Amino acid sequence: MNNIIVYCETNGNSVAEVSLELLTKARGLAKQLKVNVEGILIGKDLNGLENILYAHGANIVHKAEDPRLEFYQTLPHTSIVCGIIKNQNPQIGLFGATTVGRDLAPRIASALKSGLTADCTSLEIGDHYEKKTDTTYKDLLYQIRPAFGGNIVATIVNPDTRPQLATVREGVMKREELASPVKGEVKVWNVNDLVKKEDFVVEIIERHVEDKKVNIKGAQIIVSGGYGVGSKENFNLLFQLADVLGAEVGGTRAAVDAGFIEHDRQIGQTGVTVRPKLYIACGISGQIQHRAGMMESSMIISINTDPNAPINNIADYVIIGDYSDVVPKIINYYKKNSK
Amino acid sequence: MKPLKIIVLAKQVPDTRNVGKDAMKADGTVNRAALEAIFNPEDLNALEQALRIKDMVPGTEVRILTMGPGRAAEIIREGLYRGTDGGYLLTDRKFAGSDTLATSYALAMTIKKLEYDIIVAGRQAIDGDTAQVGPQVAEKLGLPQVTYVEEVEKIDSKSLIIRRRLDNGVERVKTPFPVLLTVHGSAAACRPRIAKNVMKYKHARTPSELQDATEDYIKLLNDRPYLKLNEIGAADIEADEAALGLSGSPTKVKNIESVVFKAKESKVIQSNDKEIEELIIELIGNHTIG
Repeated sequence: MNNIIVYCETNGNSVAEVSLELLTKARGLAKQLKVNVEGILIGKDLNGLENILYAHGANIVHKAEDPRLEFYQTLPHTSIVCGIIKNQNPQIGLFGATTVGRDLAPRIASALKSGLTADCTSLEIGDHYEKKTDTTYKDLLYQIRPAFGGNIVATIVNPDTRPQLATVREGVMKREELASPVKGEVKVWNVNDLVKKEDFVVEIIERHVEDKKVNIKGAQIIVSGGYGVGSKENFNLLFQLADVLGAEVGGTRAAVDAGFIEHDRQIGQTGVTVRPKLYIACGISGQIQHRAGMMESSMIISINTDPNAPINNIADYVIIGDYSDVVPKIINYYKKNSK
Repeated sequence: MKPLKIIVLAKQVPDTRNVGKDAMKADGTVNRAALEAIFNPEDLNALEQALRIKDMVPGTEVRILTMGPGRAAEIIREGLYRGTDGGYLLTDRKFAGSDTLATSYALAMTIKKLEYDIIVAGRQAIDGDTAQVGPQVAEKLGLPQVTYVEEVEKIDSKSLIIRRRLDNGVERVKTPFPVLLTVHGSAAACRPRIAKNVMKYKHARTPSELQDATEDYIKLLNDRPYLKLNEIGAADIEADEAALGLSGSPTKVKNIESVVFKAKESKVIQSNDKEIEELIIELIGNHTIG
């Protein structure tokens, strides 16, 4: 059976959030296709991680364990994943659009001469008619992604090559655990059958990983600022509001590029995608790239001096005014009324 | 140490970062004419890393390889202005409609004809944002790759020490030659043009660009051979034609929609104390905040 295979990133003793989001999505697609979901785990010590994959819908978990595989490296992971794919013949292969997935997936696509679509924001199953050859392809993977700086949304298909490969950004799909985990099976691979000695020519000398300081994705309320906020100092006002509301602070790419706020707070197509309960946009005009990362917020308040700012079109409340005047009022009236 | 040969993969792209309202046509397709053609930003970061290696290892030669239409020769000139030793324009109608796999195949077949120790590319191009071509070229050439490079820190006769970016950290790796690097936008910005080089190379031209040139111009290039830019076509790289262009591209665009966000009905609030207090009371009341 041609299943859906998901490359699952591991960080030490856990599985990356994006991989679990992908498994959740994959089990929906697999249901439509009436196939199973397979997960790939590669690492030094994968003890028990298969249970996390079962809980998110994987029926088969491929494990490749070796002391040399403690950290991700392009060549051994390419060899292992290609080996597993050649053996299992999945119809779809999914990767997170992380620094790992975006390093690995193209290498695999090239080796398998398969089509790959980067940074998908949506995946669906559907038919495709190819005019030139008058052929209808059943049940292809629609790989939907923004292109051209977010100004268009393209649906890409791979009619002839298998597996159909895609990377998906973290946070655009929802992760849901199953009420009762799948009773899956583990398939253990002998790493030496899959990798060559030359796969280890690149040596990791030093590695410094920080836990994410900012959990903007998980925030219920986000106060966000654009280039219009004007300076790093001016962002302090946004942090004050966030502090009062128990919110996180985010920013647009322009605000990040200008150095007003750190990179890990960037919201939008090239940053994080968020869907909080409340999004307060301060001095954000609402370029399409930014809207793509926040438009699914349950409620949006836009504070802008320009009544015609594009972001106002998707806002539930538009406060016409300067954020430096409005934000202190919000803080003041929140404190007054919240007790 | 012995001088190195470096190939920089660079692309001319429409400037999608500053998209005006005339960027999309009424039928929802992109109006390329309304967008300025620029040197892909991260390819400039890549060029800078290559030029820094040239600074570190005297005698090293840096050449740009760009694939695109005739006007992409501008990318090679831009490289010459900043200190490269030449370049190649890979251009042919047979490449039209290439996705990343067909593009990487054409580039890899070209590179096989060239001498190189290091290939450097930008992480991704802003018209597609795929970040796929670099790793795919590396795979086709059987080279190791280091992506998300921030700095080439050290170089000796056998290896490179490179600092690269991770999603939430950094990594330092050691790689042997030959190798392909893709450089991230957080790496050092490219050095500016050198005025002397602009004077020297502003008349550099590819054979196609010379087709309608005056005799004086052709004489100028014959007198100064360094002004002749190399142009390479599909026939020169001994490629399997089925693997080029549309037929070599497994991904097909099924459809394209221009992004139009549905306008919500929004409630407009003036920035006075009364209206803001009412809003806050409403939000507290429905448990959005508090």
